Amino acid sequence: MEAIDIKSREGEIHHGDYEQMEHHHESFLTKYIFSTDHKTISKQFLISGIFWALIGGSLSIVFRLQLGFPDLNLQWLQPVLGGWITETGKLDTEFYLAMVTMHGTIMVFFVLTAGLSGTFSNFLIPLQIGARDMASGFLNMLSYWFFFASSVVMLTSLFIETGPASGGWVIYPPLSALPQAMSGSGLGMTLWLVSMALFIISSLLGSINYITTVINLRTEGLSMTRVPLTIWAFFLTAVIGVLAFPVLFSAALLLIFDRSFGTSFFLSEIYIAGEALPNVGGSAILFQHLFWFLGHPEVYIVLLPALGITSEIIATNSRKPIFGYRAMIGSLLGITILSFVVWAHHMFITGMSPFLGTIFMFLTLIIAVPSAVKVFNYLTTLWKGNIIFTPAMLFSIGLVSFFISGGITGIYLGNTAIDIQLHDTYFIVAHFHIVMGSASFFGMVAGIYHWFPKMFGRMMDAKLGYIHFWVSFVGVYMVFFPMHYIGMAGFPRRYYSFTNFDAFSGFTDMNMMISTAAIITFGAQLLFVFNFFYSIFKGRKATANPWGSNTLEWTAPIKPGHGNWPGKIPLVYRWPYDYSKPGAKEDFIPQNVPFSQTPESNLPHEKDPEETPGDEGAIVLDEAKE
Amino acid sequence: MFNILLILGAILLIVILLVVFRVHTLVNVMRGSDKGKIGTSNKVNAFLFLVFLLGGFGLFFWYSYTHFDYYTLPVASEHGVLTDNLFWVTTAICGFVFIVTNFLLFYFPFRYQYKEGNKATFYPDNSKLELIWTIVPAIVLSILIFYGWKVWSDITDVAPEEAEVVEIMGYQFAWKTRYPGKDKSLGNYDFRLIDAENLFGMDFRDKASFDDFSPREVHLPKGKPVLFKIRARDVLHSVFAPHFRLKMDAVPGMPTRFWFVPTKSTQDMRDELGNPEFNYEIACTEICGRGHFSMRLVVVVDEPEEYDKWYNEQEPWLSKNPHYLAKVPNNLKELALLKAGLDKMPR
Ligand code: HEM
Ligand SMILES: [Cu+2]
Ligand SMILES: [Cu+2]
Repeated sequence: MEAIDIKSREGEIHHGDYEQMEHHHESFLTKYIFSTDHKTISKQFLISGIFWALIGGSLSIVFRLQLGFPDLNLQWLQPVLGGWITETGKLDTEFYLAMVTMHGTIMVFFVLTAGLSGTFSNFLIPLQIGARDMASGFLNMLSYWFFFASSVVMLTSLFIETGPASGGWVIYPPLSALPQAMSGSGLGMTLWLVSMALFIISSLLGSINYITTVINLRTEGLSMTRVPLTIWAFFLTAVIGVLAFPVLFSAALLLIFDRSFGTSFFLSEIYIAGEALPNVGGSAILFQHLFWFLGHPEVYIVLLPALGITSEIIATNSRKPIFGYRAMIGSLLGITILSFVVWAHHMFITGMSPFLGTIFMFLTLIIAVPSAVKVFNYLTTLWKGNIIFTPAMLFSIGLVSFFISGGITGIYLGNTAIDIQLHDTYFIVAHFHIVMGSASFFGMVAGIYHWFPKMFGRMMDAKLGYIHFWVSFVGVYMVFFPMHYIGMAGFPRRYYSFTNFDAFSGFTDMNMMISTAAIITFGAQLLFVFNFFYSIFKGRKATANPWGSNTLEWTAPIKPGHGNWPGKIPLVYRWPYDYSKPGAKEDFIPQNVPFSQTPESNLPHEKDPEETPGDEGAIVLDEAKE
Repeated sequence: MFNILLILGAILLIVILLVVFRVHTLVNVMRGSDKGKIGTSNKVNAFLFLVFLLGGFGLFFWYSYTHFDYYTLPVASEHGVLTDNLFWVTTAICGFVFIVTNFLLFYFPFRYQYKEGNKATFYPDNSKLELIWTIVPAIVLSILIFYGWKVWSDITDVAPEEAEVVEIMGYQFAWKTRYPGKDKSLGNYDFRLIDAENLFGMDFRDKASFDDFSPREVHLPKGKPVLFKIRARDVLHSVFAPHFRLKMDAVPGMPTRFWFVPTKSTQDMRDELGNPEFNYEIACTEICGRGHFSMRLVVVVDEPEEYDKWYNEQEPWLSKNPHYLAKVPNNLKELALLKAGLDKMPR
């Protein structure tokens, strides 16, 4: 069989030998900085992601202060924000927009794309498919360092005098193209574009690697219908990334041309700052099509890994197989494909042809079907389980709740006629923060709690985890649920203040409550950060398989070295969800246990593959190498 | 104000104390295996899900019911009634799903929490069940799609011939409106003709421009179709009239439109709400720069007779800015004077 051939060749190429790899001499620099080990790279992504999450979160606290307590004197922020605080202790209105923009950019790209995929695709793909490392350790290292460079540029832009990019995370031109339109569209916007270009390169390098690794380096016996759902999710996320990010790259490139070289891709008939610009013939809407062609898939780039992670965690901690494994794969595939044909639902009222609007309404609402299937399958997995509430499990249940609540408001927004009123109001803010922001964030946190023992060989403190969960879960709902009401009342998003309008003069107490809840929720994340760093050094020592899990990573040593498994790579005989199998001695049977060892629990069709001569050859070859 | 800060401070303090406490216990924790028994925390967490379920739904129902008039805006346009209905039908369906699924999601963890000696049920799939819950959502969504499609195509259909045309232009950071004047025909414009006074870039080589007027206040007739011709001069803006359920982006270089029928005059609305100060407003909902949050435009809806009276009293832009007569081609000068009503004035 072809698949097996690849495996045996892989054995040769990689000299799949753990011991040998350990003997390489590694300096501090190659071990921790320019490492090509997927585990180290994953931790680099994780810690960068946490750093960015704290920055992005702090920004939101500052502008929530403005929204909740508009009369507050912010003079005390002057040492940090300098000129952005006016003499009267108010936030500068343009800086408000800059913070909103940077918050969005940071959260979507730097935390939930790099921080989530970068961490878990890197960490789990080789470990769960039984590979020594990524297909290309070098590209993987490059991927992190491009991300690092991108981070440096983005961070720098926060400190320049004219301020960072301020036109919203969607950077619609002409606003983003014309420095005379707002000061953030000057150097800040240039840095944003440079940073994003680097980011896209990083993301592509990563994704190509993930795809190659999943396709080629699965251990023997691990067919695509036996891999954990995490792997499916990471794989499809990478596919989406490879197809979607280049389009953003081209949009950014054309925008750079418009900004710096006088082209008119997106600009037409503009009179600004007392002069008519020469540009004619461009289309501002074109940019939006290009942007959302990435932008909508992007929301799945951040959400799919989280869904994969929770599938794994919910099955493990319910002590039950994930319900409808194949339907879960099917819905992941459905979402992946559909995510490419719904982008214009962000543009229903841009003046786009109403007929196009109709088409995109159809496609958008269809995507709710696979999403609904996923929810029902999660629920059935919990049903009649024997549920253990690890912090990871709590966060996974939280994710499912957000996925429901936020997905449901998507059905409103996908309906063009309803979207007329709700578009660009706080209803949107509520929708995407719940379904994309909070859901993915919870998935990421769940993943950290769950795989921390494998990453650092120690446990995070569970009690702190419980507090963290309950404050965050209640907090997120207190922050974002009320925004639905504010949105129904018509409050537009990206507003510095609402006092100019009679229609938007209410809800001051509600806004105050939201800001307070946001501050408390943010405070709870500090608990997490403390728990995280403390446990790296001082946490209780972990056992090899602390959650009683079936997947391959738990068969590796507590702290896997370079090459992941000493000796041979484990072979896979079964799917990853044999939890609480009737007749079995334990309530879990890891994937590397052959059916021949579990005659008491085998289902009628389950037996080990007949050893063919070809197979045998491959195994002998491996042994000979040792 | 200050109280809230105090409360915040207090909460932060509690959090810090908690941390200190946990640090203390953590330090005392014996190093060793973590494979302990599932303890009381599991029960507590399971119970908390139930508390969350009841508390969350309680708050949700209470607020949604008692504050209904507060968070729903009265509607004042014909199509707005349709979109509102669609909204509430969607809410009925989605609300039901929301309640059932969230109920199960929090009830199951409580009901099936870990119990010593219990074993989970091995239940990997059930094709019939899965088929059902693929098809049922598909059908329900199709209903919503077709309903929505119907409403949407009515709204976006071409405006009736007799619609009152109002041009509305966004710029940093205000709106400006232009009416076609007595000839009911808007003149051409060109962005290259814009200057400090001629904000619209009105082209006075076109005779339709001569009687166009740009009022201080926007008036609309009640019960008649109105067509907004929307454009932007510098960056994107978006016309949002919440009470009319109307929103449409203003795009430089690409005029857009939205037509609707106002159904309540400003006075009607004042009576309905018992608020003599009430005014219809237009806001901007596309980020456009530092003044984005301040692009307010007041709209007055009049009874049709009042509207006609107001319309006929408006002075053409040209008559207020007579030096622009210089831009009018010589062969049209007479007509311009006539249409702008300048012929009666001493020059
Ligand atoms: C049930 C499935 C979903 C539907 C039907 C849906 C529909 C929509 C629609 C129509 C909009 C545009 C609203 C507007 O015109 O302003 C929107 C906005 C948004 N959605 Fe979703 N969505 C769904 C799921 C998701 C998911 C899973 C995510 C994230 C992972 C997500 C993230 C976002 C974001 C970030 C925006 C904001 C775009 C902006 O900046 O205005 N949505 N959604
Ligand atoms: Cu989308
Ligand atoms: Cu604006």
